[in-house]
Amino acid sequence: MLKRMKPSVAFITVGLVVFVVVQVLLSVGLLNNYWRGIIFWGAAITMVSLGLNLIYGFNGQFSLGQYGFYAIGAYASADVTWRWVRGDPSGLVVVLAGTLLALGLYVLLSAFLRRFYGVTVMTRFAFYVLATILAFAIAVTVAVPLLGPVFTAVLGVLPAVVSQQIVFLLALLGGAALAGIASFLFGIPVLELGSDYFGIATLGFTIIIKVLLDNTDTILPFPEMKGARGMIGIPQWTTWPWVFASLLLVIVVMRNLLHSSVGRAIVSVREDERAAELVGIDVTNAKILAFVVGSVFAGLAGGIRAHDLAFLHPQSFNFIQSFNPLIIVVFGGLSSMTGTIVTGFFWILLLEGILRLVLPTGFETWRLVVYPLILLLMMLLRPEGVFGRYEIPFLRRAAPPLPSKADNDGAAKGGVPQEGAA
Amino acid sequence: MKGRPEGVAAEIEARPVVLEIDGVTHFFGNLRAVYNFDLELHHGELVGLIGPNGAGKTTVFNLVTGVYRATRGSIRYKGTELVGLPSHEIIQMGIARTFQNIRLFSNLTVLDNVRIAYHPHAGYGLVDSVLHTKRFREKEAEMAAEAQEFLEIFGLGERRNDIAGSLPYGLQRRLEIARALAANPRLLILDEPAAGMNPQEIDELMDLIHFIRDRFDLTILLVEHRMRLVMNICEWLTVMDFGEIIARGFPADVRNDPHVVEAYLGRQAVEIR
Repeated sequence: MLKRMKPSVAFITVGLVVFVVVQVLLSVGLLNNYWRGIIFWGAAITMVSLGLNLIYGFNGQFSLGQYGFYAIGAYASADVTWRWVRGDPSGLVVVLAGTLLALGLYVLLSAFLRRFYGVTVMTRFAFYVLATILAFAIAVTVAVPLLGPVFTAVLGVLPAVVSQQIVFLLALLGGAALAGIASFLFGIPVLELGSDYFGIATLGFTIIIKVLLDNTDTILPFPEMKGARGMIGIPQWTTWPWVFASLLLVIVVMRNLLHSSVGRAIVSVREDERAAELVGIDVTNAKILAFVVGSVFAGLAGGIRAHDLAFLHPQSFNFIQSFNPLIIVVFGGLSSMTGTIVTGFFWILLLEGILRLVLPTGFETWRLVVYPLILLLMMLLRPEGVFGRYEIPFLRRAAPPLPSKADNDGAAKGGVPQEGAA
Repeated sequence: MKGRPEGVAAEIEARPVVLEIDGVTHFFGNLRAVYNFDLELHHGELVGLIGPNGAGKTTVFNLVTGVYRATRGSIRYKGTELVGLPSHEIIQMGIARTFQNIRLFSNLTVLDNVRIAYHPHAGYGLVDSVLHTKRFREKEAEMAAEAQEFLEIFGLGERRNDIAGSLPYGLQRRLEIARALAANPRLLILDEPAAGMNPQEIDELMDLIHFIRDRFDLTILLVEHRMRLVMNICEWLTVMDFGEIIARGFPADVRNDPHVVEAYLGRQAVEIR
């Protein structure tokens, strides 16, 4: 039956069924908190991995930085809601006002820099960093005292349930936006200077973020994050509709992007950077775009994860963890969204679900031995990934239908002499 | 005259200048790859750049298309200075090129290869891409139709959904030219288009080059090794050796130029006679 439907209709149908079934199972209590956690975690890691697939699978830039942006999204959105539930709107105001100001400044700055000839990478980088600092400085010093009471008042009028959802939405978006800004700033010098160093630089980025998170209460002015002791007291606001909507958003945005001319430009960079440049593609732009969008996905996933766990610890964002999305992407098949989605859930299910249950008590840590073995087998038996380049119809890049012959008289005007014609 | 041979028809000399290379020198470290190179192309000309291996021909192409930045000298396209501009901007101004060793997007379909070249003129932005707006759908349909028309012209219409890397060699060459032309250039630079072709394929290629020049109103500059192609097709030639220009003129004159015969043509020139 599904086969005869339009791909988009089939996708929506299946999506709705999954949504309703899981919601019912959760409401009835058939899925306990443990399984709920696994599903939510699976969704979060799937979003992170989809972002990485865009960067690595489709754009060809090997990145280990995904967990850094995941962490930024998690901590930023957690900080917003942490402060909010304690009656402090400053986090919300800073993230929103800072982001909007920064984006505005970026637009102005890019128009300004375009007027000059041969501006070096580091100059542009410096300008953008200064603009970002300026934007957030204004947000902290001006916007907080000005807008803080306004936010509290306006949201205070609404019923608590509604205002909570709005704050959560804004916190998620804010976390994602901050991850995007960080990736943009990081991407300018690193992506433009050469892809060979990109993997190493992103690994460095993840490590820097981890170290900063270890010292949030000393180096950074965020005592509520409690450094290496871990951040507690985050409201547990993530519900299944939020998880589902976020994942759906990520899938649809990524799919639409890839099916457009922008997506073709992104893929062409993976195929042959020099050739892409010489058919007029702005390679740097395409790389930065893929990198930022992928990081925004990771940031969004971070927010979802943080408000599910209600506890954040820097150790869960160390660089060993940052290999998780990489394994998922490679395992599912590079540049297969379907593969990443299935493998993302499967990975968490296997690692945290099935293996924990199957292995005898006391042997839980052995799952870290089992999964490299699975990975090794997989690499030997099916190196292109489980799904290769397979996509379900909705995600498949279908060729456009042939234009009708009537408006296609180009060939009739005279084609190239063919073999045999002469 | 600088950059041009004597005796080109006055009618051609009166046409607007498309490309102007003026005293260009390029070093790779201490290696002088191109020295004091001049060239001036007028609209609609079909000009060849020849020379033995390592003479610096492809380097000249790379300098024009912004792959390298000239150490000294000036390259102007319709009056705009190109030295220092990034490749994609140069291409978007109306210069397209092919490569000595074919560089297709070999895992993508034939149609996508051509459509990628449309990207700078896609006519919709990031927001349209993400939301798949009406504008997006219209422009996509337009683009697909145009690309299809292109493929039909090049006899690749039936192959639109084939993976580019799986095409036979001759068709890959053809697709590369189609992709270059999809960017809607006014100046086309062909880097050894006949490499690896047999005499019959070269004849077809000559027809193709003449055809696209007339059909797309192009100025064409080509680097080539194969005398059969160069001598028959180019209106005039510039000969390079060790990065310097050693001769310039009409094919018949170049063929008899003692410098050229000595440096490069040798046996083959005798063969053609």
